[in-house]
Amino acid sequence: MATKVWFYAGVALLILLAASSLLAPLLAPHDPLHQSLDKDLLGYSSDHPLGTDKLGRDILSRTIYGGRISLLTGIATVLISLAIGVAAGSLSGYLGGWLDLLLMRLVDILMAFPGILLAIALTAVLGPGLNHVILALCLIGWTGYARLVRGEILSLREREFVQAARGLGAAPRRIIFLHLIPNLLPPLLIQATFGLAAAIVAEGSLSFLGLGVEPPTPSWGSMLNDGRQFLLVAPHLTTYPGLALMFTVLALNIVGDTLQERLQTRIR
Amino acid sequence: MKQFLLRRLLLLVPTLLGAVSLVFVLIHLIPGDPVEVMLGETATAADKEALRQSLGFDRPLATQYRSFLINLAAGDLGRSLYEPATVVQIIRARLPATLQLAFCAMIAAILISFPLGTMAAIRRGSWIDRSALTFSLLGLSLPNFWLGPLLMIVFSIHLGWTPVSGRGGLSHLILPAFTLGLGMAAILVRILRASLLQVIDQDYVQTARAKGLQESRVWLKHVLRNAMLSVITIMSLQFGGLLAGSLITETIFSWPGIGRLTVQAIQTRDYPLVQGCVLVIATSYVLVNFITDLLYKLVDPRISYGD
Repeated sequence: MATKVWFYAGVALLILLAASSLLAPLLAPHDPLHQSLDKDLLGYSSDHPLGTDKLGRDILSRTIYGGRISLLTGIATVLISLAIGVAAGSLSGYLGGWLDLLLMRLVDILMAFPGILLAIALTAVLGPGLNHVILALCLIGWTGYARLVRGEILSLREREFVQAARGLGAAPRRIIFLHLIPNLLPPLLIQATFGLAAAIVAEGSLSFLGLGVEPPTPSWGSMLNDGRQFLLVAPHLTTYPGLALMFTVLALNIVGDTLQERLQTRIR
Repeated sequence: MKQFLLRRLLLLVPTLLGAVSLVFVLIHLIPGDPVEVMLGETATAADKEALRQSLGFDRPLATQYRSFLINLAAGDLGRSLYEPATVVQIIRARLPATLQLAFCAMIAAILISFPLGTMAAIRRGSWIDRSALTFSLLGLSLPNFWLGPLLMIVFSIHLGWTPVSGRGGLSHLILPAFTLGLGMAAILVRILRASLLQVIDQDYVQTARAKGLQESRVWLKHVLRNAMLSVITIMSLQFGGLLAGSLITETIFSWPGIGRLTVQAIQTRDYPLVQGCVLVIATSYVLVNFITDLLYKLVDPRISYGD
């Protein structure tokens, strides 16, 4: 019962985040880029409910718009990584041979790096920017999906329903798309949920290090980095983007955990 | 065992070579002229040419790659662009600080997770169990680049219990070690709890109880000992992750280790130094994973990995 409540709370939080990101122009009380140097580092007020930063920009508006960047990066990274990972994993698992060997060695090499290190190194050489962040995160992200899909396909491809399809003369592409991938959707959905959380944290880390979105675009990570310099005088600068980031990742982890538990119970 | 070691070594070589090659390629991914990016547009043509020659960029890519591998085998990672020292010398000076922080983070993770994970398994379904799982979920959801500043506000600024940043005595270590170790503690609580619950139902545990052994002895000698295997593996694997996590934690707390060095090298566009740092962290990560596999086999000879 408690798990169910947490699951629905997590889903509600994610819907809220998605809605606030989509409706940011309507919800944000101010332009997130508008500077008022005479209103720098203000505390709470009716005009600026969460205060202002060092350049007098409204923190509430920047936090709402920051959610857009996090969600956009996370969703783009997950979708692109999923597409590459599913394609590579399916081909590797179904066809086997030299292609399997080649793809899996590539996965081994990329997984030999701690993910965030490779992302930092790549964005360091490519330069900051949202496209580079997504590119770097996808380069690491697809490997997990490829390994998962390959493993599942190896165990599924000898099952009766696949052999029957093969016996009826179905082409490999038809078998992969119509018979194998639909069976992989539940584990892929779980991995994608955790992947989304990981991508959002990674984007935050890169922006925190100044390698993510370029200023003045608001991002939770860059807001935390900016606020770090004013911990002593204005701790609220780091509080709200931090809370937003934590609750988003928490909601995704709760949803992912619950889906995983349900899948395991179904398998048992 | 010999065959297992040989097989793992054979798998290690292409992985390491791949990682090294990827690090080599990194510097060539810089858009435009890498030399201009490193020195800036105001550098003179002579300076640019000198750097191009010293980095070997005037030679064909295959020749550069061969030299890179030969130099690497000789322990030469080149020179820093801005510091009057070799990359190896700079990294060697910073590595002890990172290792110290990573070990302390690991100890912090153990001190938190072992009592919590064990109590959660003993009192399964109780409030302790639920609290442990909530802690684990929170620990996994708290990014260290927010946790660090948060701890700093509370313990350094408001309470004044710990120094704000820098490296010094034990008090300097507490906040960075906790920040870096919390994620690991969160994972360990889950793994330890799950492993203990799996072992607890085994026949040999029931037998130990049936023959009248004290409950504490049953837990220490039979349950904990057998549950340790997966915990040790996760700990070793996570240790590699701690080295990568040090990039953020060291930056927050101005800890003078290899993580902060990497970030500083990125900011100053000292790419030979960035390349060296990434290589050292990635190689350590691969080697720690390799040693974990060997330890796993030593602890549990039933593991075969298909050999």
